[in-house]
Amino acid sequence: MFKVFTSSQLSLTSSPRSFLGVVVGRHLAIAALAFMAGSAMAQVIPGNRVYVSSEKDNKIYVFDTQGQRVSAIDVCQRPRHMMFNADHSQIYVCCGDDNALGLVDTVSGKMTGSLPLDDSPEIFDLSPDGKIVYATIEDDSTMGAYDLQSKKKLFEIKVGGEPEGILVTPDGKHAYVTSEEANVVHYIDLTTRKIVKNIRVGTRPRRFVLTPDGKQLWVSNELSADVSVVSTEDQKVKHTIKFKIKGIRANDITPVGMALSTDGKSIWVGLGKANHVAELDVATRQVRNTVLVGKRAWGMVPHPDGKILFVTNGMSDDMTLVDVVSGKAIRTVPVGRVPHSVLVQP
Amino acid sequence: MLSAAHRVIFCCGRAQLIGAVCASLFGGFAVTAGVACAATLQPVTVAVVSLAGDPRYAPKQLERAYPEHPAGRVLDAARMAVDDTALALQEVGVALVLRDVQLADAQALPKALAELKSARVQHIIADLPPELLRALVQQAPTVLNGAMVLNVSSDSDALRNEACSGSMLHIYPSRQMLTDSLAQYLAARNWRKVLLLQGPLPGDQLQAAAMNVSARRYGLKILQTKPFKLSGDPRDRDLFNTRLLTNERDHDVVAVMDSHGEFARILPYATQWPRPVMGSNGLMAMAWHPQWERHGGPQISRRFQKQVKRPMQSQDWASWVAVKAVAAAMGENPKAAISQQLKQLRAGELFVDGNKGPRLSFRSWDGQLRQPILIGHGDGIVGLAPLEGVLHPTEVMDTLGTDEKESKCQMRP
Repeated sequence: MFKVFTSSQLSLTSSPRSFLGVVVGRHLAIAALAFMAGSAMAQVIPGNRVYVSSEKDNKIYVFDTQGQRVSAIDVCQRPRHMMFNADHSQIYVCCGDDNALGLVDTVSGKMTGSLPLDDSPEIFDLSPDGKIVYATIEDDSTMGAYDLQSKKKLFEIKVGGEPEGILVTPDGKHAYVTSEEANVVHYIDLTTRKIVKNIRVGTRPRRFVLTPDGKQLWVSNELSADVSVVSTEDQKVKHTIKFKIKGIRANDITPVGMALSTDGKSIWVGLGKANHVAELDVATRQVRNTVLVGKRAWGMVPHPDGKILFVTNGMSDDMTLVDVVSGKAIRTVPVGRVPHSVLVQP
Repeated sequence: MLSAAHRVIFCCGRAQLIGAVCASLFGGFAVTAGVACAATLQPVTVAVVSLAGDPRYAPKQLERAYPEHPAGRVLDAARMAVDDTALALQEVGVALVLRDVQLADAQALPKALAELKSARVQHIIADLPPELLRALVQQAPTVLNGAMVLNVSSDSDALRNEACSGSMLHIYPSRQMLTDSLAQYLAARNWRKVLLLQGPLPGDQLQAAAMNVSARRYGLKILQTKPFKLSGDPRDRDLFNTRLLTNERDHDVVAVMDSHGEFARILPYATQWPRPVMGSNGLMAMAWHPQWERHGGPQISRRFQKQVKRPMQSQDWASWVAVKAVAAAMGENPKAAISQQLKQLRAGELFVDGNKGPRLSFRSWDGQLRQPILIGHGDGIVGLAPLEGVLHPTEVMDTLGTDEKESKCQMRP
């Protein structure tokens, strides 16, 4: 097996290919490996999977979409934010204490490599062509751009203290970055590598969701207990959605994680210390429903079929499966210490 | 004792001054940040007032590093906060400038205030002993035509009650908040029987008084209060021998009230029975701990360590938050008069992010910053007050310290 793997590695490195080419090449290599090992494993990306990064266990836990634990993948130190690559053959995971982006092969269920980043990266986004990683570097207060193929840093931009959320616009020309310390969203021109505008939002801004029409950028503000809605046309805050929820004190509402529903009509917001997630109507910006989940609900993602929302609860070390239609929690399953992000492969 | 550098800067013309602010605050930042440091930034000076010969900062005292005693001057943390808030304030056209004022003694106060007046300073971060802090807050508002005094190191309950001031904001927790936090923790664990050891200093007595109030509030039983004394005299052995002091068997914990720290240092593991020590050593209530690992704690502790080359202490945290409170008021309305800023802050309308979880606001009745208190020991954190299960009709953080109905403070801004 060792020999086969070595030759496949050689075939990867010997031919200069595009990024996508590398991915295809790796698939072929893995196919060859599986064939020679006599495995019956199918060479397709495993479906019916939910991936959860656990900050303190240095693992990605793998579940089926009903919340049954399947396996665990050893990754890197303090895995946090995750994203799939274009064809879902790889998971990119931010390794907060390794200062790197881990590359995890979804077929083999193994971490196969990494891309060096800078001190304490937390959240990242990809260029539309999938070639560049843009990450917020907490300790240096920068946004770094890194080339996935050459594994080289392209540039960095100094931003406000404790940058966190990052979103690259669909045309790849701009990025939005939150600074938790400065209470602004930086609107960055990725071509000129300059901050175009600092948009004042609420207190401790954290994460983003772009509405399906691309016209509104929703920003969660953890300590002012609200969401700022920024117009992507003039980069101005058009609305501030205040959360007032019966039975929950304002101080306990700490919005962080957000996710767009599968039908694009609502945005889910994790209310942190309030132990609830709220479903907001995109058009009216009204709270439709709130669902009790676990402690400090941050990470969340809906199943592409739109029926289940997976919510990771950072302080109760579990994940809640929410029935989107009935607006009720179905079950909560343990996931290991400090779950951060969640991905679904239907 | 104003630093020469500041005098030089303040002798400059306005344009030069603004230029200096831009250069020193933002360094290369403004250039890379793209949004230029416009020449219209209005400098707002915040004075950090302390005592030059403060015994807490004597080199030998710093070397002893008693837990919860300051580990260095609070100016360092204020400087960090000025950097942290620079970008947000730039958006409203303001740049904070720090001015280090070290008083030679209490007599130097009027002259220092006169100098602050001529520099049009109205924001003062105070790291002073209680008597001097009281003098400052009595004189400053008149001399400076209104002043905001932010207390970052005194835990005096008197300064928050009968001797309070409408111009004062207390960032550092009161002694009562600290003992309430410990009492909540003990009650939650059902460690209710307390042996209280109290030193001879006035600070020790004040700590013991606060502990007694907390014990009544949370149903702890103080079985006995015994005085201790640092001595080697065999005739005084009942007062300094840790085994003799702790030889009754019935107590669950030993609470030591030692504002100095030397006796408390030798008490853990030196008791007659295996009982935990708390108060001035062992299990302690703290505003900050460098090992606090939630809510962005590691980010500021790491940043502080990097910049100042020592771990961040409670007083440093308070100083960092003090600048952020000034920035919050400035960010809301940079043109507001100081009295209006005080009113807004004390009305609980403005919030500060202290990296301890909830957003923090000031109590209207005494100007105290309501905040979670960390319960822990030299090595780490074991709990966070208010403890889970403690209830309050409006704001659970107000279970710590003097609540509105108990407050003896009559002064409001």
